Amino acid sequence: MLKIEGLRAEIDGKEILKGIDLEIPAGQIHAIMGPNGSGKSTLSYVLAGREGYEITGGAVTFHGQDLLAMEPEERAATGLFLAFQYPVELPGVGNANFLRTALNAIRRSKGEPELDAMQFLKVARVRMKALSMPEDMLKRGVNVGFSGGEKKRNEVLQMALLNPSMAILDETDSGLDIDALKIVADGVNAMRAPGFSSLVITHYQRLLDYIVPDKVHVLMGGRIVQSGGPELAHQLEASGYGSVQAA
Amino acid sequence: MPAVTETIDAVQSVTQGAYKYGFETEIDMEFAPKGLNEDIVRFISAKKEEPAWLLEWRLKAFALWKTMVEPRWPAVKYPPIDYQDAFYYAAPVKKAGPKSLDEVDPELLRTYEKLGIPLKEQAILAGVEGAGDTPAEGGRMPIAVDAVFDSVSVATSYKDRLAKDGIIFCAISEAVREHPELVRQYLGSVVPQGDNFFAALNSAVFTDGSFVYIPKGVKCPMELSTYFRINAKSTGQFERTLIIADERSSVSYLEGCTAPMRDENQLHAAVVELVALDDASIKYSTVQNWYPGDENGKGGIYNFVTKRGACRGARSKISWTQVETGSAITWKYPSCLLLGEDSVGEFYSVAITNNWQQADTGTKMFHIGPRTRSTIISKGISAGQGQNTYRGLVKISPKATGARNFTQCDSLLIGDQCGAHTVPYIENRCMTAKVEHEATTSRIAEDQLFYCRQRGLSQEDAVGLIVNGFCREVLKELPMEFAVEAQKLLQISLEGSVG
Repeated sequence: MLKIEGLRAEIDGKEILKGIDLEIPAGQIHAIMGPNGSGKSTLSYVLAGREGYEITGGAVTFHGQDLLAMEPEERAATGLFLAFQYPVELPGVGNANFLRTALNAIRRSKGEPELDAMQFLKVARVRMKALSMPEDMLKRGVNVGFSGGEKKRNEVLQMALLNPSMAILDETDSGLDIDALKIVADGVNAMRAPGFSSLVITHYQRLLDYIVPDKVHVLMGGRIVQSGGPELAHQLEASGYGSVQAA
Repeated sequence: MPAVTETIDAVQSVTQGAYKYGFETEIDMEFAPKGLNEDIVRFISAKKEEPAWLLEWRLKAFALWKTMVEPRWPAVKYPPIDYQDAFYYAAPVKKAGPKSLDEVDPELLRTYEKLGIPLKEQAILAGVEGAGDTPAEGGRMPIAVDAVFDSVSVATSYKDRLAKDGIIFCAISEAVREHPELVRQYLGSVVPQGDNFFAALNSAVFTDGSFVYIPKGVKCPMELSTYFRINAKSTGQFERTLIIADERSSVSYLEGCTAPMRDENQLHAAVVELVALDDASIKYSTVQNWYPGDENGKGGIYNFVTKRGACRGARSKISWTQVETGSAITWKYPSCLLLGEDSVGEFYSVAITNNWQQADTGTKMFHIGPRTRSTIISKGISAGQGQNTYRGLVKISPKATGARNFTQCDSLLIGDQCGAHTVPYIENRCMTAKVEHEATTSRIAEDQLFYCRQRGLSQEDAVGLIVNGFCREVLKELPMEFAVEAQKLLQISLEGSVG
């Protein structure tokens, strides 16, 4: 589904990604672990199409299409979703309005009919209940005044509504207590299907107890230096990233 | 680079397509000779078959105007205006004064249709007698419309329906004929002839505008609305609006404005006067979309307007809401004189400047009576090379015990070539009064845009969403139907502003 070959990217002339190779087949969940500054967030931004990064080499195909040639909104329409490490606040923009606008933009691009306010509310309520989100979060400004946990749950709600085929979770576990972590993990696990893949980026192994990956990759210094099964995450937790560097 | 191509495309779409009201109507027009002198003032007065007192009133204004100079304090720049190089009277040639829409030139009606004026309302007027008693299609409340084309009012709808409640809604020239006692009592009582340069000019040469009188105890059953249209070349528009809400009455009034695209600058110098007596309330909303000029700053309307309301009665209320998206230059300060005890003044404003537009706008709140209250919410959005200034005065007299004011001025910048300025004046002479002022300046952040686009929104939709969120507190003050229109307008005005 997603194939990354020799991807190199720099920001302000500084090379961050130094040749990444990674393939995630449909239906699989892969985890990327790595220390701070290894290029984890850069990878997620480059895949989602954020401005400011220069691609200096390599290729990425998504559903057989050239991902890097697409605008961010085209990538979203093709099924790519990024759960932000730091969800952005949009003052004055109602959460319900934002979610419905986003959902309808995706539906439009798929040729599906748009949902009116009532139809949307019906769908949203079901999803929110599953995420233990109070309904008044729909009325508030997007992420404005949300606690860290609420912001992350709002990201997972968006993912559930937009129903992407590929979800990148950028350190979604950071700043979450154990209950919130479980709720977020349940949200991701509920998406699991033969047509759904996910790239879970995390600093700690903790999240991977709840979202069990098919593969774990270690990203260091802009390269994937080691890959393995779920057991690799436990290994890292026990011996730290230093052991990999030595390997 | 695709980004560059995209920017060029976006700019082209703005300059070629975005201002959809830029057409001109081919119609027989009657002009006064070019230029401005006493004879022109007499010509206009004679054309309108005015009584002698009004001619005298105009001539006094003209004499005052000759002694005045244009204000130089606004933060706007423009070349000197040649007041002798314009027509001060332009009117569609009419066939013996239209009494109903049937007699109005169909070309004119087509123009208003293109402008999106609810012509159904007018059709009711033209059609079946008494049809205006029932709500329009879809069960929504009808809107009474007065349409002003260059210098004259061409059609007013729902007059008969409103008359049943004793409400007068007509062209001001008609009010001069039919209700001279009201006009004479209130005209110039809020904005005197010599108030300022442009108000004096307007008083000398005003040609038409709307007149509203709501009698005691009457709640106006529908929105009243005026659409202003500048069509003719080299013409100034000087309309005058007078709204009087008698004791315990209330009314909501909306004006909309458009003009053709032209290379030359055209002057629009209107005066609006509002009077609210005891327990009366007036809500005055403006969606201003005069032609803003092209992407190089050529052409566009100079919108130099004086708007003021007097809360004369106890517990009276005047609320101004404005969405200013058009005009090359906007210079206006809708104000409230809070005379009556416990009277309330409100000002909600969104002003957008894109390309080379300039806006110097705000309000003045004069607290004179005890326990008077005012609220000012101003949202300025600057894009392109636009310059946006909020200028406001809150003045509290010694007698205004317990007066309160709250002011909030927020500025949003899009791009790095534009400017936002906030100039608040506060003069408080009362120990027990409370004045609060808050101001913020922010930029549409790249991460906000990226966040929206990652969720599937196009760049333009993302800007529209963020800007509408920024303006939400003001937009929610607009009457429902116009709020939707205003939201679309905001987005159109900013198309191409993010490259």
